[in-house]
Amino acid sequence: MPYKILEKKQIAPQVHLMKVLAPDVAKAAKAGQFIILRIDETSERIPLTIADFDAEEGYVTIIFQEMGKTTKQLAKMNEADELQNLVGPLGTPADVRKLGTVILVGGGVGIAPVYPQVKAYREAGNKVISIIGARSKDLLILEDEMEAASDEFHVATDDGSKGHHGFVTDVVKEILDSGEDVTRIVVIGPPILMKVAAGMTEPYGVETIVSLNPIMIDGTGMCGGCRVSVGGETKFACVDGPEFDAHKVDFNLLMSRLALYRNEESECLENHECTCRGGN
Amino acid sequence: MAAREKMLHQDPEKRVENFDEVALGYSEEQALAEAARCLECKNPKCVEGCPVNVDIPSFIAQVKEGKFDKAIATIKETNSLAAVCGRVCPQEVQCEQYCVLAKKGEPVAVGRLERFCADREREKGVEAPVKAEPTGKNVAVIGAGPAGLTAAADLAKAGHAVTLYEALHDTGGVLTYGIPEFRLPKAIVREEVDYIKQLGVDVKVDYVIGKIKTLDELRNEFDAVFLGTGAGLPKFMGIEGENLNGVYSANEFLTRVNLMKAYRFPDYGTPIKRGKRVIVVGGGNVAMDAARSALRLGADEVSVVYRRGEDELPARKEEIENAKEEGVVFRLLTNPVRILEGENMTVKGVECIKMELGDPDESGRRRPVSVEGSEFVIDADIVIIAIGTSPNPMILSGSEGLEVGSRGTIVVDDSGKTSLENVCAGGDAVTGAATVISAMGAGKLAAKTINEYLKNN
Repeated sequence: MPYKILEKKQIAPQVHLMKVLAPDVAKAAKAGQFIILRIDETSERIPLTIADFDAEEGYVTIIFQEMGKTTKQLAKMNEADELQNLVGPLGTPADVRKLGTVILVGGGVGIAPVYPQVKAYREAGNKVISIIGARSKDLLILEDEMEAASDEFHVATDDGSKGHHGFVTDVVKEILDSGEDVTRIVVIGPPILMKVAAGMTEPYGVETIVSLNPIMIDGTGMCGGCRVSVGGETKFACVDGPEFDAHKVDFNLLMSRLALYRNEESECLENHECTCRGGN
Repeated sequence: MAAREKMLHQDPEKRVENFDEVALGYSEEQALAEAARCLECKNPKCVEGCPVNVDIPSFIAQVKEGKFDKAIATIKETNSLAAVCGRVCPQEVQCEQYCVLAKKGEPVAVGRLERFCADREREKGVEAPVKAEPTGKNVAVIGAGPAGLTAAADLAKAGHAVTLYEALHDTGGVLTYGIPEFRLPKAIVREEVDYIKQLGVDVKVDYVIGKIKTLDELRNEFDAVFLGTGAGLPKFMGIEGENLNGVYSANEFLTRVNLMKAYRFPDYGTPIKRGKRVIVVGGGNVAMDAARSALRLGADEVSVVYRRGEDELPARKEEIENAKEEGVVFRLLTNPVRILEGENMTVKGVECIKMELGDPDESGRRRPVSVEGSEFVIDADIVIIAIGTSPNPMILSGSEGLEVGSRGTIVVDDSGKTSLENVCAGGDAVTGAATVISAMGAGKLAAKTINEYLKNN
């Protein structure tokens, strides 16, 4: 069954939002889960976190950044086009409970998966402090939505074009130093950001959760390709995660495994662009 | 007694450079000559060795008379995956082992004749099956592998409305993601699935039961449920270095190659590391498939590392011979103890230890024992772990009361019933990793049990 794209818009340079018709997935989805999609017969399967979902309207929202061949190909698709496959919701939902005060941090495209969590934590009765960050203000996404869904809202940009001039972790540190009683911190973004955040929060002893995005194929625990090391134990991010205790994750291993196919990816992209220029 | 007809194979030197089918099948003349070898025993034993009880004597007699259409119809009475079984069944330890001629040397090539009949029918175009009168009952089948496909076919033939749920984007289960094209062309799997669709089975891919719907929800929605979820969870050895880049589970390696067609990268988008020196750990059919795939991806040297000896290799003899012909090196009585790290967290080699065989263990096989101080290193850039799989626990979420054994397998009685009233199970999810045909046998048995249950409820 193909999956129709209901809406598509560019929300930052090379960052796109898509609402895709998938009623059964939308009905079962919970914050923290992801989907795997395949564009057509020759595409790879790529995991993307669910950025939003609407059980009544029957769609899930995905947000992605153009990186390799598949995401560039996806970016060329438009409303009314159909994805050949979309499977989900996969992964264990985020453990959202009433805890007190929760800081939610989203970096770059990582803001997308943080958004449903902000809503869920607030619904569960927590005080939600959100911090979003990007290299510059053009790359910030879901700013209004995040602000509306949070009790307290902060922005950080590397170049200082908006909000705090610096990293999101600086803002987290400030809040922790201010004496705010924070029960949990959730950080989702590039692995290096999650690694830095984990190192920063560790001395404060505040529980810190990250959502990992290793390479996956099936997303059901079958291939074992998404192995991550957490507290010295091997876990499969697709079924045991994607969320883990940040203080126990081996980020160096995660980053090296993410770089595994870098050469092949550029080969594939070149091949794709040659084909495109060839008129196909 | 005439000698057993040999089957033509692609030349080993050529076939390591492609993913085309290795065994080329019988010609009509060969099939007639081979069928003529059958002694038509008064008390045929071959059927007893078949987990789905194909009426072997009848179909061979029909081949003998050149009535090939009748022969395939006979096979299909009990086996809806004939072209698959004719290729991947371990006939040598099933039907053919019981053949009277086996005692005198060479049994009748039952599997090759089955393949011949199925292939001949496919070339002619398969006729649509006759559908039974609808019973008004509906059944959910979870998993589109050999167990699920067989159960779905039998349940649909009985007139029930069958919905078949599959987690991947393609049907076939292990036939599609696990067994390589050169041993089982995917077009054949697809045609077998089309036949099942013609029976009226509603196939839903991209559907992960346990996530999108719980088992309890399905039990409410359907009159009965069959669980054929397989044993897809890969086992690792738990040794140092297993998470290094370049270490694959056989499942991942084969899924990339077979399901995602990584051997056609970059035309297909899924990449795979093409190693120069590849080590495959394990000695079963999956290990052979992985080793032979690695050779075809361009490796200079592929070694199978197995902790027991040649006689204990669990893979089919035919596949071991095929692998040897193609140049796979067998390093027997050898066990990996550590994977060595090279630059950037990649694999540099595998430290192994020599083994010797001691007294038999609970499996009846002689227990391998390490030879102290015999460690040595084999250089490698890719390591594929093919030491088995266990059932995937995902189905268990939201299924209160489903009894599960110690190794994660679903517990069933002699008729395939689980501890839940309207739920049966079969295949690798019940037994742990086994064969295609035993999974099909379990699918058949469960379908029969479900039929009886639906008659009374």
